[in-house]
Amino acid sequence: MRNEDTPNGVTEIPFEFPLKPKPGQSLYETYHGVFVNIQYNLKADMKRSMLNKDLSKTLEFLVENKPDTEKRTDVRVDFNISPDTLDNVRQKDRVSPFKISGSLNTATCSIVKPFLGQFVVESSTIDIKSIELQLLRVETCGCAEGYAKDATEIQNIQIADGDVCRGQAIPVHMIFPRLFTCPTLATKNFKIEFEVNIVVVFQDGHLVTENFPIKLIRDA
Amino acid sequence: MSTDWSVRERDYGAESSVHSRSGRATLVHPLQSATEAKKAAELEGTVQKLKRKQDADAAAAAAAAAAANADAANAAAAATAAADLDPLSAMLAKANSAGSTPLNDPLSGGIMDPLSAAAAMGGAGSSIGGTGSSASGPTSGLSGRLSLAHDVDMVADDGETFEPWVARRGAILQKYTTSEKLSIVTSFLTVGDKTMLKAQSALTDKVRHRVEQLDDFEGTDQEKLDELSQQDYMNRIEELNQELIKAWDADQRVKSLKIAIQCAKLLADTAVIRFYPSKFVLITDILDTFGRLVYDRIRLKSSYFKPGAVKPVVLPEDFTPSMVPDSAKETCRNWFFKIASIRELIPRLYVETAILKCYSFLTTDEYTHALGRLSKMIRGIGDPLVCVYARAYLCRVGWTVAPNVRGYLAGNLSDFFFAFKQVQSSAVARILQEQNVDLGSYLNLYAPAVEWLLNCIAYRAPEATLEKILKQYNDQCKSAVVLNAILTAFRPTYVSSQATIFTELIRTADCTGFAIHDLYRTLGTNLVLSDPPEKLRLTILNEVWKVVMKLTDPIPYMSCAEVWIEYPVKHFGAAQINAFLGDVIKHVTVDRAFESFYPQLQSIVNKVLSHITDFGMLFSMDKFMPFIDLFQKASIKVDVCKAVMEAFVKRQLVPTADPVILNALVYVGKVLHDAIDALSFDDERRQTSNLICGFLRKVSFGRDLEQQLNFYVEARANFTNLDTVLIHLTQCANTLVMRAQTIVKGRHTKKTAAFARACIAYSFITIPSIVDVVSRLNLYLLAGQVALANQALPQADAFFRAAVTLIPDIPKTTEIDLKQRSTEPILVSFLLEFLSTLLVVPDHPDHGKLYMVKGLINMIQTYQWEENGDGKIRVYMGILSLMASMHQTHYAYRIEGVESNDTLYGGETSFLEEINKVVVAVNEEILTHLASLQDNANAEAHKRQADLALQLFNLVISLSDLSSAKNASLAVNLWNLTKRNNAFDVALMKRSANYLKTLAGEVDEAKRAAYEGVVARLK
Repeated sequence: MRNEDTPNGVTEIPFEFPLKPKPGQSLYETYHGVFVNIQYNLKADMKRSMLNKDLSKTLEFLVENKPDTEKRTDVRVDFNISPDTLDNVRQKDRVSPFKISGSLNTATCSIVKPFLGQFVVESSTIDIKSIELQLLRVETCGCAEGYAKDATEIQNIQIADGDVCRGQAIPVHMIFPRLFTCPTLATKNFKIEFEVNIVVVFQDGHLVTENFPIKLIRDA
Repeated sequence: MSTDWSVRERDYGAESSVHSRSGRATLVHPLQSATEAKKAAELEGTVQKLKRKQDADAAAAAAAAAAANADAANAAAAATAAADLDPLSAMLAKANSAGSTPLNDPLSGGIMDPLSAAAAMGGAGSSIGGTGSSASGPTSGLSGRLSLAHDVDMVADDGETFEPWVARRGAILQKYTTSEKLSIVTSFLTVGDKTMLKAQSALTDKVRHRVEQLDDFEGTDQEKLDELSQQDYMNRIEELNQELIKAWDADQRVKSLKIAIQCAKLLADTAVIRFYPSKFVLITDILDTFGRLVYDRIRLKSSYFKPGAVKPVVLPEDFTPSMVPDSAKETCRNWFFKIASIRELIPRLYVETAILKCYSFLTTDEYTHALGRLSKMIRGIGDPLVCVYARAYLCRVGWTVAPNVRGYLAGNLSDFFFAFKQVQSSAVARILQEQNVDLGSYLNLYAPAVEWLLNCIAYRAPEATLEKILKQYNDQCKSAVVLNAILTAFRPTYVSSQATIFTELIRTADCTGFAIHDLYRTLGTNLVLSDPPEKLRLTILNEVWKVVMKLTDPIPYMSCAEVWIEYPVKHFGAAQINAFLGDVIKHVTVDRAFESFYPQLQSIVNKVLSHITDFGMLFSMDKFMPFIDLFQKASIKVDVCKAVMEAFVKRQLVPTADPVILNALVYVGKVLHDAIDALSFDDERRQTSNLICGFLRKVSFGRDLEQQLNFYVEARANFTNLDTVLIHLTQCANTLVMRAQTIVKGRHTKKTAAFARACIAYSFITIPSIVDVVSRLNLYLLAGQVALANQALPQADAFFRAAVTLIPDIPKTTEIDLKQRSTEPILVSFLLEFLSTLLVVPDHPDHGKLYMVKGLINMIQTYQWEENGDGKIRVYMGILSLMASMHQTHYAYRIEGVESNDTLYGGETSFLEEINKVVVAVNEEILTHLASLQDNANAEAHKRQADLALQLFNLVISLSDLSSAKNASLAVNLWNLTKRNNAFDVALMKRSANYLKTLAGEVDEAKRAAYEGVVARLK
């Protein structure tokens, strides 16, 4: 735009434009990670007469996909944790016995809804100290030597504190943190994925983790 | 002035048909006003039928006034005495029917003075108010309860109480204390070294960095304050509270949230477990503050535009989420997001609960959902104590923000029952061992939380809820602490209908931490409030008492007995009550244990008394009096006896002659009487007197009057020190005579005459031992009248003589209504009544004519009258009236069977002369007095002179024959005297003049001229 005679004082100039990807590419949602960043900036330049410097200002704006209206059915994910399910222990009979069973409502989760499930501590000879729900983000970048994969814990909330009652179903309830999550994304160059760990900490310091990869979607 | 005086002859019958007389208020006089009021009522009734109703009212009011004024110190007794006992009313009524009584003019008190009437009314009113306010007592404490309108879960609110949290708070703080040292972990108090870094759960170093960032607002630079005493600890918590508010006011919201989180975190710590309930109270207070601050702020931010309005307004109280602007909703959601990311479970639960109310900004039905979700999440708390308190907090907040949502409550309770086995867990055992706490006191720590949970559930719940809970309890819990909470939470009607189940549950309950007798006590409290089904009543008692009986320690035994006594008293007869009392006696006599249980024993007596109506049954129980004997400390024994007597006076409706009752109550009365000594307060004396009089009044041997008199003789021996009682007894004896007289219809046989004399002798002996002179005086007169009515002339004479000789002993002042008042008005009033009685008293054959009147005049002359008073003159005027009446050939009234002077002398000249002499002498005295007032130059004296002169004028014109010149000029002189100093009452003078004119119209033709002459001279 050109205007030789911008009057003194504040002049507001409204604008709008459609945001369209280049052909063959797609627009991803805004995302700030450790290894991957998706950022959209708007830059305004103001050219001025000879004696004045040009002015420039950049402002980030957020991009969020429209919610997916597709209907999907939740598939329950059942799990059992016991010494038998451990895979990094050789002598399983040396682990004091315990049994925790439970389920996640679904592994395909809406980012705006709580993550839900429940579990029951059916038995454990050693007292439980704490049970925690760990939300991990896995960023994978393709590069010359192959690819780099890095996991970051972005939220950890306790769902049981102390030696809980046996046989009583304890709910799993977690809200996805808005700043650190986005819908699961897989592109040619990089991937952003999420996982949930259920971490059982025993009184004697032992720690058992059960990992669940989950898919985040933006849902209505 | 002339001193001659000729009496006008009158025909009372004729006059009464012409005039209706208006009475004048008598002066304060305890016995007289009541009788006079009756007289007035009777009189008016015969003369003027129209006014009957009003006068009856006046009579009642007068009786009440007599009660109020009675110096006899027995207001209630006097009132009833006036109504029931007045022995003369019958006689006087009879007498009055003969015709109107001119003598009564100055005496009759038909019209009450308005002040005392008001006082009487006020007294009645205030006593009604008193009972009213006490009756409204139990309903208080319900205020501030939430009104829960409609919910299918609820049954109607029939006065069920709900004890709000604030009421429990203080009790919890008081009960759960510790002397151990406490510690607090926080980053907001004193500045110091950053010592303790909070241990994180094992994570890789890489992620730890992120986590710490996330956890930042949980505070990482915390400090541990050790070795705090309980008081220090409480101060610190208060400091945190202040800090929170300060941070909030300084717009440091994150800091406020941090403080709230740290506070909530303290609740995860069970280090000093005995203090936990109190800690819970203190910390949840802070959380409540926090919740309120957040809510208020969002509400303030939610000012919205009313449809069509330009300026935004603050949301109304009952806003709907649709009115909340998006920006406020966003703020609200931010709070919840922030809280949802709190790492630790317990702070996350508590803080979300604290701001639960904010859900109302988002959606309408969020409460049900959130409360259900939080209830389930609490299952994640492993420590059973921490867990149940978290539930209590959730229910507490839920109760205030969403009183209609109730589903989650039952869920919380079932979860609690399900997890109750946790108290046996090794983790708990370890804590208890570390802190050296036994399981019993540990279980006691659950009580406040469980009670709160149960109360929320029980409030207006249907009975089925109780059944369900009992089943869960029986399957999963069986702890006495919980059972007690159930017993107290549900309404007594439910408990009592399930009573047999409860007795079974109590029997099998695990009594660690809560004694079984306390359970029985709670059960008893319920059963007393609501009756169990009829056919189960005995079974329940047997079942319970089987266990309680075996308690050897008197402390738990008494705590049960105190409550359960009401049960047999309400439902069973003498046999069971007696057995119960016997059992109590047996338990407390061991080692004189009763000495330390006086309050409880007293309460047992009171409960027995409060339900008993049949005192024969009460006293026939062979354990009741021994029970009373347990009270060996004098002051308490007196209290108990007072209670017994009060109950009897209040509840025994018909008079009795049951020897068992009389024996017992005479004993009780004697205890009360003997407790009174010279140092007792007047009020004490009054109360005791009231009670004993009340008792005496309830004793009646029917037609066996002799037995009745014997009883009075005995009573006099027992209660010698109480004036009021002696007065009452004298009155009783008088009544007895009059009853005998009524029975024989006025004609005594030899036998009844002897009995009458015996009663009269009783009075004669009793009266001198009364201390109060005025009462004695009045009683002499009354007893004399009674004697007269029963043709006991010598006795009557003796009474009257005694009265006359007593006059000099009257104290100058007496205390009425706590004020010293002159006795002169009382004396004047008394003497006037005495004079009206003397009209019918025949002269004694051995003494001269008018012996009694002359004696009285002598006494009046020597009596020390008040200076500047006209009492003496008023009595003299009364004497003039009496003389005028005595002069008549037929007296205005007479007593059946007594020949008065009119028949005795039959108008004998010597008698009339004797009368004239008296008149002359008295008239002289009056005139001298009037003259002396003239000498006195002050206005007050002139006013008195004018009043007296007018009064005398009225007497002269109404009593004397004005056709006699001397009388006429006396009247005219008095009239002029009245006017002389311009201090007269114009209206009164007009009325007097009018009266004279009326008289002039009525007298014989022969005298009319003379009368009219006088009228003319009055100008």
